[in-house]
Amino acid sequence: MTTQSFGKAIRRTEDDRLIRGHGSFTDDAGSAGLSLTMIRSPYANARILSIDVSEAWDVEGVQAVLTYNDLPGRLVEPLPLLIPHPSLVAPRTQYILAKEHVRYVGEAVVAIFATDRYVGEDAAERVIVEYEPREAVVGIDAALGPNLVHDDVPGNVAADHVEHVGNVDQALVGAPHVLELDLDMERSMGSSLEGRASHATWDRHSRKLRIQNATQTPTSVRFAVANILEIPDEQVEVFAIDVGGGFGTKVIHPWPEDILTAWGAIEYERPVKFTEDRVEHFISSSHERAQRHQIKVGFDDEGRILGLDVDFVHDNGAYTPYGMIAPLITATQLPGPYKLPNYRVRFRSVYTNTVQVTPYRGAARPHAVFSMERTIDRIAAFLDIDRAELRRRNFIQPDEFPYDLGMIFQDGRPAIYDSGNYPELLEKVLAMIDWDGFPERRSQTPSGRRRGIGVACYVEGTGLGPYEGGHVRVETGGKVQVSTGLASSGQGHHTVFAQIVADELGVPFEDVEVVTGDTRRFQYAVGTFASRAAVMSGNAVAEAARLVKEKAIQIAAEALEANPDDLEIVDAQVQVKGTPARGIPLAQVAVLANPLRYSFSEAARAATQFAGAGDLDEPPIKPGEDPGLEAAGWYSPVRATFASGAHAVEVEVDTATSEVEILRYCVVHDCGRLINPLIVEGQIHGGVAQGIAGALYEKMAYDEDGNLQNASFMDFLMPYCTEIPEVEIDHLETPSPLNPLGIKGAGEAGVIPVSAVIAAAVEDAEGFQINHMPLFPSELHEMRLMNAEVSE
Amino acid sequence: MNTEESYEIRLKVNGKTQQITAPARRLLSDALRGELGLTGTHVGCEHGVCGCCTVLVDGAPVRSCLTFAVAVQDREIRTVEGLAADGGELHPVQEAFKECHGLQCGFCTPGFLMTACALIEQNDDPTEEEITEAIAGNLCRCTGYQNIRAAVRYAAEIVRSDKT
Repeated sequence: MTTQSFGKAIRRTEDDRLIRGHGSFTDDAGSAGLSLTMIRSPYANARILSIDVSEAWDVEGVQAVLTYNDLPGRLVEPLPLLIPHPSLVAPRTQYILAKEHVRYVGEAVVAIFATDRYVGEDAAERVIVEYEPREAVVGIDAALGPNLVHDDVPGNVAADHVEHVGNVDQALVGAPHVLELDLDMERSMGSSLEGRASHATWDRHSRKLRIQNATQTPTSVRFAVANILEIPDEQVEVFAIDVGGGFGTKVIHPWPEDILTAWGAIEYERPVKFTEDRVEHFISSSHERAQRHQIKVGFDDEGRILGLDVDFVHDNGAYTPYGMIAPLITATQLPGPYKLPNYRVRFRSVYTNTVQVTPYRGAARPHAVFSMERTIDRIAAFLDIDRAELRRRNFIQPDEFPYDLGMIFQDGRPAIYDSGNYPELLEKVLAMIDWDGFPERRSQTPSGRRRGIGVACYVEGTGLGPYEGGHVRVETGGKVQVSTGLASSGQGHHTVFAQIVADELGVPFEDVEVVTGDTRRFQYAVGTFASRAAVMSGNAVAEAARLVKEKAIQIAAEALEANPDDLEIVDAQVQVKGTPARGIPLAQVAVLANPLRYSFSEAARAATQFAGAGDLDEPPIKPGEDPGLEAAGWYSPVRATFASGAHAVEVEVDTATSEVEILRYCVVHDCGRLINPLIVEGQIHGGVAQGIAGALYEKMAYDEDGNLQNASFMDFLMPYCTEIPEVEIDHLETPSPLNPLGIKGAGEAGVIPVSAVIAAAVEDAEGFQINHMPLFPSELHEMRLMNAEVSE
Repeated sequence: MNTEESYEIRLKVNGKTQQITAPARRLLSDALRGELGLTGTHVGCEHGVCGCCTVLVDGAPVRSCLTFAVAVQDREIRTVEGLAADGGELHPVQEAFKECHGLQCGFCTPGFLMTACALIEQNDDPTEEEITEAIAGNLCRCTGYQNIRAAVRYAAEIVRSDKT
């Protein structure tokens, strides 16, 4: 038997290159070309009166200084709207360079091509832009007020959308109890340590535009660049070799700089690179997570939810390149693991003069879970029922799958949960944190501290379509080459896809080499987001490997004069089942798969035309066959698969400093069958850390004029190791019935319930309601004072 | 207009002395990456907070994005490329980061490796507090730090076992 690698904690193949300093990130590419420097708007809402670039042209090393009026062809059009939706009534996307108006601090206004970034910044200082500032619209209150972000968008409303199941009005009228909650969450952002980057080279001899781009979606960047530059797709190659974190921000494309570097490479016949600096990442990429929710819930004496009515406002910033996907995810993921026979959700997505909002890891699910779990806790408090028990009473039960929510999910298809076991997730996490033993532990809390415990559950739609593909080729030297179109940014794809192919094909893991995100190797793909890569490309490469295996067995059967049904592949050898002596190495099968005229090695002689193999009355390649031991496989699911989990946390709050300390953080996670537990746990660790960051440390601090006041790592409090506790993890493996490998996505899960569970624990510790996240010590201190006044 | 004076700067990196020509304002991070092609040192924030660009100067961790190349002439500079010979045996910190899954995207990793290298070469039996203290100036957005701590612990263990 070939040693099975699926399910094993195999060490990553990616690492050797990265730990030796031999990674290939976009900014590592070529240094002899031009550097693109952008001048960005210092105003949140202003008309551009004039731009004087004349002195910048005089700086030695400057190739060109461009404004909107200098842009040719389709570069004058607004950037594409990536995901249209019928409820998105007023989508707006930005121009490559601002046309007459700027709508957020950081919007690109002038582009400078220069020999390096130092020269570009020197030239930038010599450009004079005259603005006429207008009142900035900052925050949800302002968005609902009289000032407009786009003059032709009344009320600043980009989208207004309603989903409903059952009859909420009737349910609320008939409910024995009704509670109302106002909940809100602030903005944060992905903050990958590598910013956005693109390096474009035009080879005028082969007429190829080669683009290395820090993207999660290389194939889409390719189509967008070719379309805007009006050149054939065939001339554009896009690859993402190493990407230094994505977290959703790098799904968005094309950025203005992607187009300008590509265009500049052709125009000036020199390589052009753009590397975003940290301030630019804060003010010109994407943010996420400002929403305000009004909730009305009706329930019976046992705490069973009878009706839930949610109305929320989503601050989408100045533009909507990704449509209304983020709030739509909140709307459809809000029910979580609970039965909601009557549910209505309405949201308005509104413009503000701030950086655009697009999905960041978790993609508005943290808001959904915060809303639902806060609601459950509030009902439990009202009825004085244990919070865990209240969850048990509302869970969808294991025998109720597939469970149809009655709504349309973000992939445009019905939201139907495929499988899961929510009661067991909860029981496991309660046992892990010793929920029942908490009163005893609380009684031993040191003086000056308050102790609390919380639990939160979530369901995450993962592995969305439309599709991914994979290609597997066995080389005559025995190496197995695998490629898939979506890109990697730390998820360990090279390792897990190799595990899958090794097992399906029957070869050692070490023989498999994987390439991701390179349109030269694989042209059709969707991208890495929505916890979909393992599900989508994993199943696609598995299918490709099965096809290759079938072909190898056919070819070997002829060579061995055996019945194909009697053959197996073990340790890279095709052999008669259980008889290794009657076998032929897979590498040799690869030789035979390609009929040759010209030999290139001793082994290859066997495939040449006088070697005596084959039926002379048949053509060497029979109808319907292809040469080479290779195949492409595809996976296109009918709908998403739903992962789930439960988190529990025990905290202590300092009564003097209001600092929240996490004592224990427990996770029970169900992503179906685990391909590699080491990697899944790593994903959970990172997700939880980002969740804690968003719950206790991070927010985008805008002032009323739309200036982002904490646009640096000195002021934006991204946690160091000193802030992040050890996370304890256990798994449940409920296979997905939707795909042959039985897997579900795992990339985003860790972050999703963190704000909800920390709010629950702090509320339990403090004894007053927590309705707002993040929770900084200063705010917690204020809340204590307010609650002390109220109770006096 | 704006012609800038350039200097001949001798940089001793990973035991090899090389001469570059660059203006006085050229940052060490840019000189390493641009002039010397040592792109293993990454730049994550350009204001000395994230630690991605950490290199060792005379054995001590230094932010190369806050250091002018001209200021470290003739000093002993070590970068991630100097931890192991090309294709050769890994340094204990590299070995440990791989074994403990201490990296995901790998962008912050060179900074952590150099920081951890400085720690365990001075102290091969660090306490938990000393490990925290050493790596508390480096940001990672992928791992949640749990496996990075484990890796530093394990690296020290490798060093200790190599000695016995």
